[in-house]
Amino acid sequence: MAGPGGDMQWCFSQVKGAIDDDVAEADIISTVEFNHTGELLATGDKGGRVVIFQQEIENKSQPQFRSEYNVYSTFQSHEPEFDYLKSLEIEEKINKIRWLPQKNAAQFLLSTNDKTIKLWKISERDKRPEGYNLKEEDGRYKDPNTIMSLRVPVLIPMDLMVEASPRRVFANAHTYHINSISVNSDNETYLSADDLRINLWHLEITDRSFNIVDIKPANMEELTEVITAAEFHPHQCNTFVYSSSKGTIRLCDMRASALCDKHSKLFEEPEDPSNRSFFSEIISSISDVKFSHNGRYMMTRDYLSVKIWDLNMENRPVETYQVHEYLRSKLCSLYENDCIFDKFECCWNGNDSVVMTGSYNNFFRMFDRGQRRDVTLEASRENSKPMQVLKPRKVCAGGKRKKDEISVDSLDFNKKILHTAWHPQDNIIAVATTNNLYIFQDKVN
Amino acid sequence: MEVNAEARRILAVSISKLYASRTQRGGLRLHRSLLLSLVMRSARDIYHSSRESECQSSEERMDTSSDPEEGQQQPGMPEPQTTLISSEPAQEEPDSADEECEITEDKENLSPTRQSRKRRGKASAAPDFLPIKRARLEPGEERYAAPPSCCRSGAGDSLIALSLNRVIPPPNIHTAYECLHKPHR
Repeated sequence: MAGPGGDMQWCFSQVKGAIDDDVAEADIISTVEFNHTGELLATGDKGGRVVIFQQEIENKSQPQFRSEYNVYSTFQSHEPEFDYLKSLEIEEKINKIRWLPQKNAAQFLLSTNDKTIKLWKISERDKRPEGYNLKEEDGRYKDPNTIMSLRVPVLIPMDLMVEASPRRVFANAHTYHINSISVNSDNETYLSADDLRINLWHLEITDRSFNIVDIKPANMEELTEVITAAEFHPHQCNTFVYSSSKGTIRLCDMRASALCDKHSKLFEEPEDPSNRSFFSEIISSISDVKFSHNGRYMMTRDYLSVKIWDLNMENRPVETYQVHEYLRSKLCSLYENDCIFDKFECCWNGNDSVVMTGSYNNFFRMFDRGQRRDVTLEASRENSKPMQVLKPRKVCAGGKRKKDEISVDSLDFNKKILHTAWHPQDNIIAVATTNNLYIFQDKVN
Repeated sequence: MEVNAEARRILAVSISKLYASRTQRGGLRLHRSLLLSLVMRSARDIYHSSRESECQSSEERMDTSSDPEEGQQQPGMPEPQTTLISSEPAQEEPDSADEECEITEDKENLSPTRQSRKRRGKASAAPDFLPIKRARLEPGEERYAAPPSCCRSGAGDSLIALSLNRVIPPPNIHTAYECLHKPHR
């Protein structure tokens, strides 16, 4: 792998999606995920579609520049539905995609909307049979009297066709809106989490799931917190965490009991009383939780910061990074324009040395844990010449604005980067703006 | 009082957000509704405490202009009621103002002719930030009592929403967002 974050120079590689400023709502990207090798990159959108990009074989003529991602498969994963009992429309928006580790030639992924999870098989077909004994080429059956000899069809090459087919549909298990899915390291089970409950599924079984967490109070009027994200530990198949709207994370061990309402560990940082405001509760709500690849740490994202927690220390995070602290004085306006409810995700790089998350004005931030350095970069069409190096950006919080700095008031809050993903092995990142997917690469020396 | 004005503004914004979230595609979001209600509660508490310190002795009469014949009456509330909107069946209506919950239940069973039990005292001028939600009458039309059953449609039991047809009684912020029923479709 290339050097630590501080030495990285990020270059524009590709951008996917429509250029025009008028964004169709269905095209808004709602999730981005690399598969386990990084060869495939999946995106889901508000229209219920999944687009998978595949990394092409290295370009021999430009060895200093890693290969590109091209469209591999596109399919409609979810359709809008209507719950007649509750008179509610169920959105087709893809909330999360999670890849299964590859076991055979085909690829499998789980995609979910608010209510239903689907297992999709993506397989390649590059041969077709020809020369049937009983059928004509167009499929019509021959007159049996005309068949005089026996022949066996042969497989001949054809243009590559990528097919996506739904293999399992996991439905009717969630009353509330699903916010997370996570595949277990045992490769047999996965969890799905909604606002109040977490269910455990077996990948082969669709008509049953086990409820493992239920925080619904007997009296809904006593509701004080909801589940915001959940994830299995990358190596320990009995361990998972879930985050809450109150800023706490609970680690649960499925060996302890069937219903994991009692946590094994509770991660919580005491609130700083000097920061108290009307909106303290909203900004402490955790929007994403991700284990590090080595399984020793987890990262949480709340509205203003990213926190790294050591699984062995519950009373405070080991590292805290401010994403856009300059927004703290603007919380009232952000409440009015709904931005305060935005759910930013976060991700680790392959060796857990750098973390990344998005912000507004199409900015995204990287924090190098070892070097204690951070950088703000921008995903924009203006910086999209091939291999153009991204220039670090700076936001001026107040006072005199230097050249090349942007003042807080000129930030575009409609341009937000909520979803980012980092290639599991290389320094390739996928950053989703509203309806475009940017791919950046570290400039290989 | 700056804090007071801020609290009022936040309350108004929150109410309109709760109201707007009824018509959101995909149904009411529990998480969002919970956060809104938490903000409303903070703002309500600030507003309350600042108002109590303001009006010590005024005994203004409440303007009980809302028709007593109209469907649901609004019993006087000691505090404004913030009600969480959820997509769950009716019996699981979350309510962030716990102490008012039983009054909510009773309210839905009130007969149309129940007298208004609006609270008198400490009322100030109309909260100007709240929209008037009274339906506009066509010429010649009269207001009539809506039967209690219309306040909840079958499938819509689960959706509690700010009423379109209720007058928000001008003088009293306390009852501003307490009366909820699904509007006629």
